[in-house]
Amino acid sequence: MKARVGLLALFALALLAPVAGAAEQTTLGEIEEEVMCPVCGTLLQLAEAPQAQRQKAFIARLIAEGRSEEEIKDALVVEYGDEVLATPKGSGFSLSAYLVPIVAFIVAVVALAVGVMRWRRAGGGGPSDRGGAGRRDPSGEDSDRLDADLARYDL
Amino acid sequence: MVERKLPKLEVAGSTPVVRFFVSARSSIAVFAVLAVVGLLAYGLVNKGSSGITVGDAAPTAPLPRLEGGGSESLTDYRGRWVLVNFWASWCLPCREEAPALERFQQQHGGPGFTVLGIDSRDLTSDGIAFVEQYGLSYPQLRDGDGDASRDYGTTGVPENFLVDPSGKVRLVFTGPISEEYLREAVAPLLPSDKS
Repeated sequence: MKARVGLLALFALALLAPVAGAAEQTTLGEIEEEVMCPVCGTLLQLAEAPQAQRQKAFIARLIAEGRSEEEIKDALVVEYGDEVLATPKGSGFSLSAYLVPIVAFIVAVVALAVGVMRWRRAGGGGPSDRGGAGRRDPSGEDSDRLDADLARYDL
Repeated sequence: MVERKLPKLEVAGSTPVVRFFVSARSSIAVFAVLAVVGLLAYGLVNKGSSGITVGDAAPTAPLPRLEGGGSESLTDYRGRWVLVNFWASWCLPCREEAPALERFQQQHGGPGFTVLGIDSRDLTSDGIAFVEQYGLSYPQLRDGDGDASRDYGTTGVPENFLVDPSGKVRLVFTGPISEEYLREAVAPLLPSDKS
């Protein structure tokens, strides 16, 4: 049994090994989708300006040297500054790009919850409201008068 | 005749939940309008302040040297005339003007004047190769992220700004600068000798 499990584990490792190796090797296309052309103000993959051509050649050279995606991005930041990254870094002021949507979502959920609680407290969710907004059962006197009124009609 | 006295009906919009959403919607609408107005105002103010003109104080933020490490600022050149030249190795017109600038530096460079190159949004290695290729002897700074270009309000490269000894901009020239312009517009403003 143990031998069979060991063989299975080896087989799984053999299958995963090429995938892991491929994940480390980045391509020009992958980097181009994640960095900007600083002169054009567009993604590098959409840019054809002379500066963009030099930037692509620089990335291709680093890929040929076997650099990882993160190393290449770091090298681009050294050359062109943080704005070369299409997605902001998760630190410093750039962190707000990720935090603000999360905080906005939480605020929206809290506001909705408060709104629903207030609505329920005001009796908005009661069964008497099912017929329509603002509808209430008539009082005993009104009910008697309504019955008398309806009795006049031959329905 | 029987008096009809039916219960008072409330309009649909007056239930607490609807009131809440109506007031929330109004607040959001007001906030959105204010945000749009604010953005427009910010854009107008920024547009109005972009680009320095003759008479303005030249930006003095320090920049790293293209070679040799360390940094320099325009304040390090206070007391001298400085022709600030924004360029990049990938810019073809910059190749046209580089020899003219070097010749002008050879003729007029000294304690009273210098050309100061700023390599903008360029790879360091490309910038250094450009300087070597054209034998540029004047000091070179690096503006990789384009901050200095934005401070000067440049719209591209090359662009040139002549700054007087007090740090005020005296001439602005967009595009490749010619020997004729250097001789007729820049040279007359400089000290008569190289001292």
